Amino acid sequence: MNTGAVRPKGQTENSDMNTSRSLAWLRERYDISGLELFFKKKEVPIHSHSLWYYFGGITLFFFVVQVITGIMLLLYYRPTAEAAFESVQFIMTEVRFGWLIRSIHSWSANLMVLAAFIHLFSVFFMRSYRRPRELTWISGVFLLLLSLGFGFSGYLLPWNELAFFATKVGTEIVAVVPFVGEFLLKFLRGGEEVTGATLTRFFGFHVAVLPMICTFLLAFHLLAVQKQGMSVPIAMENKPMRVMPFFPNFLMRDFLGWILALGVLVAIAALFPWELGVKADPFAPAPAGITPEWYFVFMFQTLKFIPAKIWFMEGEVLGVLAFAIAGVLLILVPFLDKKSNAGQPGKALSVIGVLVLVYIIVMTIISYVMPQTF
Amino acid sequence: MRFPEQKLIVSLVFLATATVAFCQEQGPASQVNSCISCHLEIGDELAVPIEGMKGDVHATKGLSCADCHGGDPTAGLDGDSDAAMDPAKGYVGIPDRMKIPEFCGRCHSDPVYMRGFNPRAATDQLDRYKTSRHGQLLRKGDRKVATCTDCHGVHGIQNARDSRSSVYPLNIPETCGRCHADSEYMQPYDVATDQLDDYRKSVHGMALLERGDQAAPACNDCHGNHGASPPGAPSVAFICGQCHLNNSEMFLSSPHKTAFDELELPECEACHGNHAIEHPTDEMIGVGESSICLDCHEEGSKAYDTAALIHDQISGLKERMFYADSLVSQAERAGMEVSEALFQLKDADDALIKARTMVHSLSGDETSIITEEGLGLVEQAVLAGKSALEEIQFRRKGLAVSLLFILILALGVYLKIKELDQKHPIREVK
Repeated sequence: MNTGAVRPKGQTENSDMNTSRSLAWLRERYDISGLELFFKKKEVPIHSHSLWYYFGGITLFFFVVQVITGIMLLLYYRPTAEAAFESVQFIMTEVRFGWLIRSIHSWSANLMVLAAFIHLFSVFFMRSYRRPRELTWISGVFLLLLSLGFGFSGYLLPWNELAFFATKVGTEIVAVVPFVGEFLLKFLRGGEEVTGATLTRFFGFHVAVLPMICTFLLAFHLLAVQKQGMSVPIAMENKPMRVMPFFPNFLMRDFLGWILALGVLVAIAALFPWELGVKADPFAPAPAGITPEWYFVFMFQTLKFIPAKIWFMEGEVLGVLAFAIAGVLLILVPFLDKKSNAGQPGKALSVIGVLVLVYIIVMTIISYVMPQTF
Repeated sequence: MRFPEQKLIVSLVFLATATVAFCQEQGPASQVNSCISCHLEIGDELAVPIEGMKGDVHATKGLSCADCHGGDPTAGLDGDSDAAMDPAKGYVGIPDRMKIPEFCGRCHSDPVYMRGFNPRAATDQLDRYKTSRHGQLLRKGDRKVATCTDCHGVHGIQNARDSRSSVYPLNIPETCGRCHADSEYMQPYDVATDQLDDYRKSVHGMALLERGDQAAPACNDCHGNHGASPPGAPSVAFICGQCHLNNSEMFLSSPHKTAFDELELPECEACHGNHAIEHPTDEMIGVGESSICLDCHEEGSKAYDTAALIHDQISGLKERMFYADSLVSQAERAGMEVSEALFQLKDADDALIKARTMVHSLSGDETSIITEEGLGLVEQAVLAGKSALEEIQFRRKGLAVSLLFILILALGVYLKIKELDQKHPIREVK
């Protein structure tokens, strides 16, 4: 069926005429021929793995949701140990639709991290990081780390019991970093202990420092993607392939993905409102069931499994160092993977990727199946 | 034979080692203590005090045998025990049972001496003991009644705050029960011996002995310790009022006070019992089957109506609280923020506790002030619970409408994509 018949012909013509008038208005004032040419020429490859292209856009959508809902929460949130919990309580009970905004903000943060992880692994397995997209990959890995930073700093802001103790445990881990651990601990906490100073500090990171860095990195990441176009899996390179125009065909598909993501987000946020818990009491004993955010759980679980002493090193120090090295290796993947740069998809790297993915999933499941305190 | 010789040598080495070890624990002054060396040498029951004194509170404060028993511990090391146990040097030996209170009181009634060990130490134990039932009977020549050592022990006395002490709060019921639960021992006194069993089953006994709650009273908290005596009928409310202050004050200003005095009823005990006190229930008041009011008041009397009224007020508050709690809990389980309502219910619960206390005033008007206050809070919680449950429904409907709009939008975009795919078709590149 011709879908063009759904709408009366006159309406389509009116719409096209309005678009042309707007473009003409812009052309009179600015030279947008380069931009127009870019949109006209840019094409997106279509193949059996095209679905994974959308996860970058979905991550970006959740980020935009975070920015909008975050600004709305800022209107009422007060970043002090005395008022933080009460202000979030006020948002959830007194502010019209405040419960929904806060719930969307919390759920969207988690979905954003999930989408970012899927995006990272899909890019990894498709070797999309290979030359000339090395910097796109590196900026992407840093953006994922920033997302984790957003999650860690935002978790404390409601100043509830679970967040307080999870932050206490989480920040304690940096203390084991050789030479600078103690300094990092004090820098993060704003003192020896997790106090109101930590909350104010985390608030600063969450709403100023991290967004500023994120804006620059994101701008670069998006610009690089637009400039270099979508990567094609190695196996399909230099072969006949179907393509679609980026504008408007692919962008509309992206838009459809965002709408569906919005539907999922709203449904989860409304059906499972994010809990507030009880106000943090620094003098109370740590309650049972303290868990970090799910995306940190595999690391915490690993640290728990590592023996207290391995050779001459503390087990925890070794674990933290191992994760740090893994992070560096992740960043350097485009330079380490010589084969894909030579146009050969190496199987070894795929096996490593699968093992890492399985490891993360298994460790996370173990942590939730075996209830424990951290 | 070699064997007995070996045994003797081993025994002597052990004795010498034990003596040196004990002397070292006692410090340099007691290194020449003939009491210890002789008692250990003789052994058997004479060595028991030496062993017991190792953990004794007196020994830990630096006191030795002679500080209580007199004599000269520096003499007698040459085997002349008479020199060490010379009455001219204040030797007392084993004090006569009738004289034990005075024996201990020589130090414990001396504020100046006791201040050297503990500036806050009480020194009135002997005076109080003399006023106690135990002390009075002892003065009359009864050698069976408890003296200091029966409760505190002899050698091996621990501080009362030490959990090993026989007078540590958790151990007091057993300590008193050693005599008071022994029907044969108590037979001459015509006193019941089921107090310990009753106490163990009581609300106080379970709190102290099972939960280790030291706020719960042991025998001495009601009867006194050194001045122990059974509380008389007019003083029961004061005894219970040590902890249950409000209940006691309300009782004392209630019509029950005069009536109980006239009938010589033992105040609180008349309704609640004594050693076997159970957890009070709301059914104790009113005109139901479990009501204790009906033990004295008949139907048609003013007191009967008051009992029914107070019971209705408390039951009414409780039922409404139960309803509000179910609403608020349901909303909370559904993820709604109802902390304000939970606070209101907590305050209402406090009002219920106050109302239960107010029962002792026997005034329906006064109880109703509290229950009405509680009901006001409960109604606010009911409203909050209902409004939260309505909000859940509103959210669900809102979600359904939102999802419908999102689906329509998605469908529109999907159709647009189809249209665009025809307008700007997918092409093949080589």
